[in-house]
Parts: sequence; structure tokens; C-alpha cells
Amino acid sequence: MLYRETGQFKTSYSADQAMFPILQDRIGIILILVVAFVGVPMVATQYTYTGLLIPFLILALAAIGLNLLTGYCGQVSLGTGGFMAVGAYAAYNLVLRVPDINILLAIFMAGGFAALVGVLFGLPSLRIKGFYLAVATLAAQFFLDWVFIRIKWFTNYQTNANAPDLVIFGVSFNSPANRYILVLSIVCLMALLAKNLVRSRVGRAWMAVRDMDIAAEIIGIRLLHTKLLAFAVSSFYCGVAGALWAFVHLGAWEPLTFDVNRSFQVLFMVIIGGLGSLLGSFLGAAFIFTVPILINQVPAAFGMPISTALAAHLEAMIFGSLIIFFLIAEPHGFARLWQIGKEKLRLWPFPH
Amino acid sequence: MQLTRLALGLAGAASVMAPLAFSAPAQAQNEQFVPALVYRTGAYAPNGIPFANGRKDYFALLNARDGGINGVKIVYEECETGYATDRGVECYERLKGKGPTGAAAFSPLSTGITFALTEKAPGDKIPLLTMGYGRADSVDGSVFQWNFPLTGSYWDAANILMQHIARQAGGADKLKGKRLALVYHDSPYGKEPIPVLEEASKRLGFRFDAMPVTHPGVEQKSTWLQIRQNRPDWVFLWGWGVMNSTSIKEAVAVNYPREKMFGVWWSGAEPDVLPAGDGAKGYYSLALHVAGSVAPVHKDMVTHVYDKGQGAGKKEEIGEVLYNRGLMDALFVSEAIRTAMGRFGNKPMTGEQVRWGFENLNLTAERIKQLGYEGLAQPIRVSCQDHAGVHSARVQQWDGKKWNFVSDVYRANQDLLRPMIKESAEKYAKEKNIKAGCVS
Repeated sequence: MLYRETGQFKTSYSADQAMFPILQDRIGIILILVVAFVGVPMVATQYTYTGLLIPFLILALAAIGLNLLTGYCGQVSLGTGGFMAVGAYAAYNLVLRVPDINILLAIFMAGGFAALVGVLFGLPSLRIKGFYLAVATLAAQFFLDWVFIRIKWFTNYQTNANAPDLVIFGVSFNSPANRYILVLSIVCLMALLAKNLVRSRVGRAWMAVRDMDIAAEIIGIRLLHTKLLAFAVSSFYCGVAGALWAFVHLGAWEPLTFDVNRSFQVLFMVIIGGLGSLLGSFLGAAFIFTVPILINQVPAAFGMPISTALAAHLEAMIFGSLIIFFLIAEPHGFARLWQIGKEKLRLWPFPH
Repeated sequence: MQLTRLALGLAGAASVMAPLAFSAPAQAQNEQFVPALVYRTGAYAPNGIPFANGRKDYFALLNARDGGINGVKIVYEECETGYATDRGVECYERLKGKGPTGAAAFSPLSTGITFALTEKAPGDKIPLLTMGYGRADSVDGSVFQWNFPLTGSYWDAANILMQHIARQAGGADKLKGKRLALVYHDSPYGKEPIPVLEEASKRLGFRFDAMPVTHPGVEQKSTWLQIRQNRPDWVFLWGWGVMNSTSIKEAVAVNYPREKMFGVWWSGAEPDVLPAGDGAKGYYSLALHVAGSVAPVHKDMVTHVYDKGQGAGKKEEIGEVLYNRGLMDALFVSEAIRTAMGRFGNKPMTGEQVRWGFENLNLTAERIKQLGYEGLAQPIRVSCQDHAGVHSARVQQWDGKKWNFVSDVYRANQDLLRPMIKESAEKYAKEKNIKAGCVS
């Protein structure tokens, strides 16, 4: 009943092409945005910002990036961490070497650098597919790791890199609340962009390539163009996410921050959240990043006197079984689960 | 489908439960909150556990024996980081605001987490205690106002090891034409000593090879094959956790004499040598303090904490190298709080006040004796110019059963290191736009 679209007539082409064709979805998204921009800052503590929300949003952005490549264009990538590292170190070097550069500009230019590197490592995708491509992108991950550990110019001959003071257009973004708003704005903007991208000709071409590349080629989609564009856009998103992770979340980082574990973490977010769904990117990031932290805090919240080690082991056990459970219950991820939920709500309370 | 319905229900319940994490518990007023970032799980757990136990036990002892510090009870809470930087940051954010006055001081026991927190601590006004680790240039307290690398940095360690092998060789001039290899954990931690060793190799004319080992350090075959080919005269080991014992085992495998291997003070504990069995016999490492249950504080620990069943670990583990290091870390935190109370009054201290306590920390030999740390801690005096307080260590050797001191106390050559520290700190200050200066 909640999701019944009865009576919502589409009388124009623009209404038919709307991003959210159903009124309930429009209300829902506006509500979420209001809560995120207005509601959260009214109640959130410093910890919720810096410990949970900011890292969640940045990882969701990286997951969107990977989802564009893997979920929409069908190219498996294990190089996400490497592309994030390119973004982080590019932003660092831009700020360091270009005097008086605007930090926001540096972050987006860093995304541009990541896109270039992504295109370079996307080249093998023209010849190899599936698991083999995953291995090729894994090589990108290790190569980029190596570059930032070994070539000292990138880290300005220091053992680690530091973020600059976050002052953009004269406004300081050093307080957690401001950082949150900054990240949230960037993520919303880029998610909107991604949403429109996948509905456009480009996105349809990606999906055609994903579903069957030979058929796509026959109907006139240029594979080279399409796949490399997917790598570029995806790496751009990952690069921006990496720059934000370094500048806004950590403040100081070492190459290990973006090692292969980060790539796996983001890949799991995409798989658990739902391949080929932007909502899934957010749900997956929320699940993979925040659930372990929340499980870890449950015993303390109820005043249970268990040891730190036991809490950590329980966290791993419960989280592991949750992953298995959700994958069995719905192999297509949380996004599909939400879709099923919507279907149920559509009939509720009168199922056939 | 039943399972799907359950999944939907679980997902719904989780979203309702989430706000739980946002609620803050009630707190008593006359309590000092001391946070702990620990790793009792993961690849580095064998080394993280004894340190965490020693630290936790000392605060439990203070509460049980003395009723806290000057009548202010200690509330101690651990958070598991697993040695991961992002979890470390999350833990820091979780714990920093607890207690009536917030966290007293953090000691992350991870160079990666230290780097991240170095950026956050000044904003939150919480001091960082990085005892024997962290950034070498943070010795300069005028730039790194919130970092306290007490008892010395890795540059001190590298310098002391150089002094030791020079003495063994019969003078620094005898090092000319020799060969030194550094087997290091490929992270900011392992890279710290490289500038000092490179400088020494240029000055003294020996050949220096730096050999990285990838985290976590179980795969070192190629490194040790290189050592077998090059046969360096000495190997310095800058490892942590399972990497240390693996190195020693690999040295046995390529028949490199353990008597020519020197570990930093993080490569010289029981978990590092015991897995290698007899092969570890003869291996040297630096020592910041004695190994073994020898000080009065150990006896107090048994009577006041372990006999009441409140110990964090097993009674036999009291006195292990890393347990003792945990005790020292806790000593410095508690004495910084006490020093701060001397100025600001006997009430819970804020991080800013504890910072003052660290910077004015002065533990004389008599005071250390009073505290029951005789033989464990060296006298230490911190100042704004010198946030380490003391730059000395001894060399110890593993005889197959226990660690024995084989040298006197070496002092790191500050005339040599100071200019390097200054240069590096100035570079950092410039990059970060920090105005150097001492806070009173």
C-alpha cells in the first residue's frame, strides 16, 4: 500500500524519464537528504562524524566508483585501493607543489590523475575478461603500492604524507561537522552525476557491454571507447574518494592505507550491496564498514564485562556469519533485498 | 521465502538498533579517564597482548593499592585496533571524549596510527605518548607540541647500535669497507632509521643496504638469500610481531650467525625469539629496560592485582619484556597526570593539563625507586626542546632461556642527531604551516 503508484500518471516524456518516477521515492530521497544535511548535524556527536559517518560516506563514494566499472560495465577490478592511492598522493603533491591551489580543485584534479592511471591499467581489459582481468588489475594494485612506497618524490622524501589545513574559499573545514558537510556535498553531487550517467547513452552502452560484449559490438558500440571510459570514470570516483580519505578522514597516511585490503573491502561492499546499483553502494558501505564497529560496541553499551579480545573475536564471528547469511538469503545483495521489500510494501497489508 | 523475510527483518532491526551507538553513558565526576588502543587480535597480537596487559595492570594496581592517583580513581577502557590505522582512528574518536575531562593521553603502539593521530591530537588537545616509537623528529617539542616519544626515537636506536658495533670492531675507523644490512618492516616504522644509517655509512665509509620486508613479514626468503650472497658483517633488524621470529628462523636457514644480528628494542622480546627455538641463541637486541620480574612493582602487582584475580594476563607472564614496556608506558602516563595535578590541583586532568605534565615530567632515580620501578626505568627529564627526555639504551643477548645485558648504557650522540631532527621538524612545520614555539 505504501508503495502503490496507482493514480500517478505520466503525461509527458520528461515525467517518464524522471530519475525517481514514483512519488514515494521522491519524498523518500528528499527526506533522506533533509535528515543527512539538517537532521544529523543537530544530533550527531564528534564521534558519529569522524568515527562513522565521514569514513562511511567516503567509502560509499569509492564503492560507487567500483560499481560503475564492475556492476555496470562488467569489468572486475581489484585495483580500487591503488586508484585511491593515486588520488591521495596526487592531491598531496598538487597542494605541495602548486602554490595557493584551492584544495577542492586539488581533490578533483587528483581524481583526474587517477582517471588517467585508470585508463592506462584499463587497456588490458580490451583483451582479457573476467577472472583474468581481475588478476591484471591486481597487478595495478601492487604496482601502485610499490610506486608510492619506493619512489620517494611522491611522498616528498618523508615516510608519510600529511594533509594540508582544510581551508576552502576562506572557510575552514577543520571541525568534524564542517568536514561532514563537505564530504556529504561531494558525495551527493557525484552520486547524482553517477545516477544520470548510468541512465544516459554512456551507461546503457556500459550495460550492453556487461551483458554481452559481442552483441554490443555488433550493434555499434565501440568497445575500446566504452571500456576505457568506464575505467576512467570509475578511477575518477575512486581517486576523489582516496583524496578525501587522506585529506578529510585520516589527515596523515602511509601507502599501507591503500593496500590490497582496501581493494577487497570496496569490492565486498559492491558485492554485498548489489552489483549495478547505486543504492547498493551505500548499503554495502554501511554494512561492511559500520556493522563491525557497532557489533564491537554492543557488549560495552549493555555493560557486559567481556574482554577486548573476546569482543574482537565475537565481532569477526558475527560479522562473518552475517555476510554468509545475507549472501544465502539474497545473492544479489542488499539493493535486491530493498527491491523485494518495496514489492512487499506495495501489496501490504493485503498480499494475495 | 522464509530466509528472505528473516533477512528483511534483520536489516530492519539493525537500522533501528544503530542509534544505540550514539548514546553516551552517565559518568562519575572524580575520575580520570585513561584510554587504551590495543591489539589483542591480528598478526601482531603476540606482541600487542603483553604490552596491553602490562599497561592495564599498572592502572589496576594504582586503583587497588593507592586508590588511584592522588585520590582520583582511574577509569581504564580498551579499544581493539588490530594494528589497522582506520580502526585506530575510529577507536581514538570513540574514546577521546569519555570521562569527565576526556582522555588523558593516547599511546597507540603503532607508527601508522601515530601518524594519523599526530594530525588530530593538537585539535583535540590530547597528548600522544609514543614511547620508543613514532616520528623521530617529534623529539622537537616546539613543532610537535603534543607528541612525546619518551625514552628515545628510532634515530637514537640506530645511533646506539652503530656505537655498539663500532666498539665491537675496535673503533669507528674500523668500520671502513665493511658491510651493514638493515632488514626492515616496510612501513614508516621500519623506514625511520634509514636516514641515520645512510648518514653513518657516508661518514664512516661502510656499505649500507636497506632490505624491505612486506607486512606482516612472514615471507622473507628472497631477503635472506640476498644476505647469504652478500654476507654483510652485521644485520640490523627492524621488525615487529611475527616478522622478527621469521627473520631469526631465516637466518638459521641461510646459516647467518645470530651473533651478528642486532634488533631494535621492538625486536627483542620473548615472542620474537621463542618461536625460533635454539636457533635464536646468541641474537642481540636493544633494551630500554630490564627483562624479567625484578622490580618491587612486580611484587606489588602479584599481591594487589593478581592474587585478587584481577590480572589481565597470567601470573607467569609478569616481567616479560613487552609486559615491562607496558608497565613503563603506564608509569609515564600516570606520572604525567600526577605532575599535572601538582600544578592544577588533585582533580581529573584534561588532556591539555596532562600535556603540561608530560612536558615537565622529571623522574629522578629516587622517585623511580619510590615508585617501585628500580631497574626498570631510567631517570628521565622532559623539556620542550627534548620531548624524549632520555636517549639511552643497552644491548641484550638471548641465551636460549632469557635476555642478559651485555653492554653498559649507551647514549645516542645528540650532536649528530639534533641537526637532523631540526631539519626534519622544520620541513614538517613548513608543510603544515605550524608556528614553532614552546607552550607554557
